[in-house]
Amino acid sequence: MFDRRLVQNFDWILLLLLLLLAGISILNLYSATYTIRDVGGSQVFLKQIYWFLIGFSVFFVMTTFNYFALERLAYPAYIFTIALLIFVLFVGKVTSGSQRWLSLGPVSFQPSELAKIAMVIVLAKFFSEKRGYRGYRLRDLWQPFILIAAPSVLILKEPDLGTTLLLVAGSFSMILFVKMYWKSLLILVGSAASVAPFIWFNLKEYQKMRILTFIRPDMDPFGAGYHINQSKIAIGSGLLWGKGFLHGTQTRLHFLPEQHTDFALSVLAEEWGFAGTAFLLLLYLFLILWGLNIAKASKDKFGSIMAVGIVAFIFWQIVINVGMVTGLLPVVGIPLLLFSYGGSSLISTMAAMGLLMNISMRRFMFQ
Amino acid sequence: MRTSEFDPLSLELFDRQLKKLTLVVLAVFGVLVLRFWFLQVVNGSVYRTRSESNRIRLQDISPFRGMILDRNGAILVDNRPSYDLYVVPEEVQDLEELLERLSRLAGLGAEEAEQKLDEASLRYPFRPVCLKRDLSRDELARVETHRFNLPGVIIKVAPQRRYVNGTFASHLIGYLGEINENQLKSGQYEDSKPGDLIGKSGVEWKWQRDLNGVRGGAQVEVDATGRKIRVMVRKNPIPGENVCLTIDKDLQAVAEKALAGKSGAIAVMDPNNGEILALASGPSFDPNLFVGGIDRASWEGIVLSGNFPLQNRALSGQYPPGSVFKIVVALAGLEEGIIDPEEEVVCTGIYYLGRRGYRCWKRYGHGPVSLHRALVESCDVYFYDMGRRLGIDKISEYAMRFGLGKRSGFDPVHEKAGLIPTRDWKLKRWGVPWQGGETLSTAIGQSFVLVTPIQMAAFVSAVFNGGIVYRPQVTKWVGKSETEKIHEFAPVVTGKIGIKREHLEFVKNALIGVVNEPHGTGGRARLKEVTVAGKTGTSQVIARQKEEELGSKEGIPVQFRDHAWFVAVAPAENPRIAVAIVIEHGGHGGSAAAPIAGQLIKAYLGLDRSVLAEAVTN
Repeated sequence: MFDRRLVQNFDWILLLLLLLLAGISILNLYSATYTIRDVGGSQVFLKQIYWFLIGFSVFFVMTTFNYFALERLAYPAYIFTIALLIFVLFVGKVTSGSQRWLSLGPVSFQPSELAKIAMVIVLAKFFSEKRGYRGYRLRDLWQPFILIAAPSVLILKEPDLGTTLLLVAGSFSMILFVKMYWKSLLILVGSAASVAPFIWFNLKEYQKMRILTFIRPDMDPFGAGYHINQSKIAIGSGLLWGKGFLHGTQTRLHFLPEQHTDFALSVLAEEWGFAGTAFLLLLYLFLILWGLNIAKASKDKFGSIMAVGIVAFIFWQIVINVGMVTGLLPVVGIPLLLFSYGGSSLISTMAAMGLLMNISMRRFMFQ
Repeated sequence: MRTSEFDPLSLELFDRQLKKLTLVVLAVFGVLVLRFWFLQVVNGSVYRTRSESNRIRLQDISPFRGMILDRNGAILVDNRPSYDLYVVPEEVQDLEELLERLSRLAGLGAEEAEQKLDEASLRYPFRPVCLKRDLSRDELARVETHRFNLPGVIIKVAPQRRYVNGTFASHLIGYLGEINENQLKSGQYEDSKPGDLIGKSGVEWKWQRDLNGVRGGAQVEVDATGRKIRVMVRKNPIPGENVCLTIDKDLQAVAEKALAGKSGAIAVMDPNNGEILALASGPSFDPNLFVGGIDRASWEGIVLSGNFPLQNRALSGQYPPGSVFKIVVALAGLEEGIIDPEEEVVCTGIYYLGRRGYRCWKRYGHGPVSLHRALVESCDVYFYDMGRRLGIDKISEYAMRFGLGKRSGFDPVHEKAGLIPTRDWKLKRWGVPWQGGETLSTAIGQSFVLVTPIQMAAFVSAVFNGGIVYRPQVTKWVGKSETEKIHEFAPVVTGKIGIKREHLEFVKNALIGVVNEPHGTGGRARLKEVTVAGKTGTSQVIARQKEEELGSKEGIPVQFRDHAWFVAVAPAENPRIAVAIVIEHGGHGGSAAAPIAGQLIKAYLGLDRSVLAEAVTN
C-alpha cells in the first residue's frame, strides 16, 4: 500500500507556507494579548500554539489516505453534515444570541466549519462525474443549487450570516470555475436582483435597519461604525514600517475591538506597517496560487475541482476579513484564516490544507 | 477506470479556467494591497496623528426606568440618582494598594472586589467593573477627594430604583435583580448587558420590556486617566414607560395594616370589571433591599424565616376554602333542582354516612334548617346532605364553571390553580377510587379542595355582578401618561357562571343574612352605612377529632389552628367592592377575617376617614 512516491512528492512548499503563517500568527497574538496583565492573557497565545499543534496533526492525518476514497464518502458526509446542522439548531449552545456550537464532552465545535469542507467535496464529486461539458446551463445546475441551499439556510438560521455568505461565495466560485454559460449567469444574477426588492419591502423596520448598518457601518456609531473607525486608525497609523512589535498604541490601549480574533490583522498592520501587511498578503497570495497550481497538476477531475474549491474558500475568507478590517466590506464575524485566534476555524482550515496536500502528493498517481 | 479521470475537453477547459482564476486572484489582491497602501502610506500620517490623540471611548447611558403609579396617580415607585464606583482593571497600577484604599474610603470588601476584578479582567480588561453601587454621601465625598490617588476608579451616576413606601405592595410590585447568565442567553432581554438590573417579580417583571426603556450611548473623549473631556456623539436613552396600576394606595395601606404581623392574604376587586383595588400578602419584604444587589444577611433573613415572605399568598397561596365553598354547593343544588329552598334538614350536630359520623361545627346542632339559614349560620350537616345528593361530579363541574381549580389569568407564571377534585383526579393521583365521605367534606370546602384568594375575589364578584367571571387585572394603563398610553386596561370576561337569576338572588340574599341577621356568622363585618354581604369560612388544618383531643381552641398550637376565610361584597344591592381575605391559622373566619372586610369596605367607600388616616400614617 505504501508508495515511495508519496514521500518524494511531499509538498514542502505548502508546508513551509503554513509554518510561516503559523509563526506570524502566534507572534502577532502574543502582541495582541500582551497587555492583558495576568496569566489569562498569555493563555490566549499559548492556547493558539496548542491549536496549531492540533491543527498540524489534523493536517498530517488528512494526507494519509488516498483522497479518491472521498468520492464514495461525498454524499454520506454531506448528509451527515446536514444532520449536524439541524441538530445544532435544537441542542446547540447559545452564545451571544446565536446557536452555532455543538458540545462533545469537553470539546465543542461548529458544524458550519464542517459544512465548508463537505460542500467542497460534494460539489467536486458532482462536477467530476459530468463529462464533456463546455459549460452549464441553469437547468443542469438544479442539483448543485439544492446542495448549496440546504446548509446555507440552516447556517443562516443559527444565525451566522458571515459563514452563510462564505459558503455561498465559495460554492458559486466552484460553479463558475466549471463554467456556466454567460446567458445562464446573467439570468441568475438578473432574477436574484429582481427578487431583492420584494424581500426588502417585506422586511420589518428593525431588520431593514440591521441590513443598512451592515452595509454602512457609520450609521451605527456605537457598534460597527466605531469598530471600523478604530481599526482604520490602527492600520493607517502603522505607516510604512509600523510602530514596532509590542508598540501599537491602538492595541495597547484597547481601542481595537476583538483584537485577537476578527481584527487581529489590524494589530499586525499597526505594528509592522505596510511592509508587514504587504508581506502577509503576499504569503496568502502565494498560498492561493500554489493551491491553483496543485489543481492544475492533479491528473483527475475530482482532485482538481476539490483543490479549486479549497482555494476558493480560503480566498473568500481572506478577502472578506481583509475587506472588513480595512473598511471596504461590511462587518461580518469572519476571522482571518490561519491568523486570528480560534480553534474551530483553525482546525477546519488545517484539515482543508491537509486535503490540498493529499491531492498534491498524489498528483503523479496515474503515471 | 475512474469516471473522474480527465477527458480532453475538460482538461482544456480547466486549463483555461485556471488561468482566468489566477488573473482574478491577482487583481483582487492588487486591490487589497492598494487599499493598505492608501491607508498606511498615502493617508498614514493622518491616521498616525489620530492614533496619538485617540482617546475616544464608548459609554452607555442608562435609561430611566418607568414609574409605577396607583390608580389615582400617586407614585409608588420612582428613581433616584445612585453613585456607583467602577474600576477599569487595565488602568490600575497597584491593585492591592487600590483595594486597600477603597475599603478604607468606601467600605469596600477587598476580597469580593478582587474576585470581581479577576473575573472581568481576563476578558475585558478595559471595561469598567462595578465594585460598589450606591455610595453613601460620605463615601462619595471621600472617594472624590482622593481621586488623584485612585487611578482606574470611575464614579458613574445611574438612576436607582426607589420603592417610595418600603414594603408597600411589595409582592405586587416585585423587585429588581441583576440579570443572570441564563436570562442573558435566552434572548428575551435583547437590550440588556451583564450587570443590568431587570424586574424579577411582580409588575417589575411583567412590564420589564416597557418599564426598561432603551439604552443610549455616547462616544466620549477621555484623558489618559480615563476622565471625560468631551462628548463627541450622543444618543439619548429613551426612558421607560410608566405603569399605572388599578391599586388604590390608601386601600392597599388599610389591607396591609390589617395583615401586619400575620400570615395571610387579601384580594380586593372591583366586581364590575376585575380591576384589583388592593392585593396584600403577609408577611412581606422591602424591595429596596434588592436594589443594587441584596446582601447575604438580608437574603437569609428573608429566605430562612420559615414563613416565605417572598411568596405572594394572594396568588399562590392555596387554601381549603372551608364554608365559603357552600356558596358553590348552594348554587349548584338550586340550579340542578336538588335543593328546594323551603325544605328543612334537621341538624343534630352530626350526620351519618354509613357507620361514620360527620360533625357540624355547632356541637349540639342547628335543629331544622332550610337553605337560607344553612348559609347564614353555616350549617355543615345541611350541606353534607346536599353534597351527598349532588354528588362529587356535579359539585366539581359547577366549581370549575365558577372559575375555581384553574388560574384566574391574573399572572400566568406565578399564580397557582388551586384544586377542584374529581373522580379521575383522585384515581390518578392516589390510585384509589373516590369515597362517598369525601363528597361530604368537599361540600363544606374541606378534603382536597384548594383555592387562592384572588380566585375567591373573582368568584364572589361573579355571584354579585350577575354571573360574569372577570379576569383579575392590575394594570390600568402603560405609557407616558394618562393621555399617551400604549396599553390600556379593558375588562376581560373569562367565563359566565350560568346560574338562573332567581337562584343567584336567593343566595345573595342569604349572604346578606350572613352579615346582617342575628346568628349570622359574619356579623362582625356589619356596617350601619351600607349593606355588606359575605360568607365566612374556617378551613381545618387538622381533623376536627384531633382538634378535640387537643382540648380547648386556645390549647391548640398555632400551626394547627384553622385558617380563617371571609369573602364579602358591598354594597350588596349595587356592588362596588369585592373582598377575599384569608388569615393563616387565624381561627374562626367570623372573628379573624370578617372585621377586616368591614374596615376595607369602609375605607374604600369613604365611610370612615379615620380608618384610612390611621393606616396611611402608619
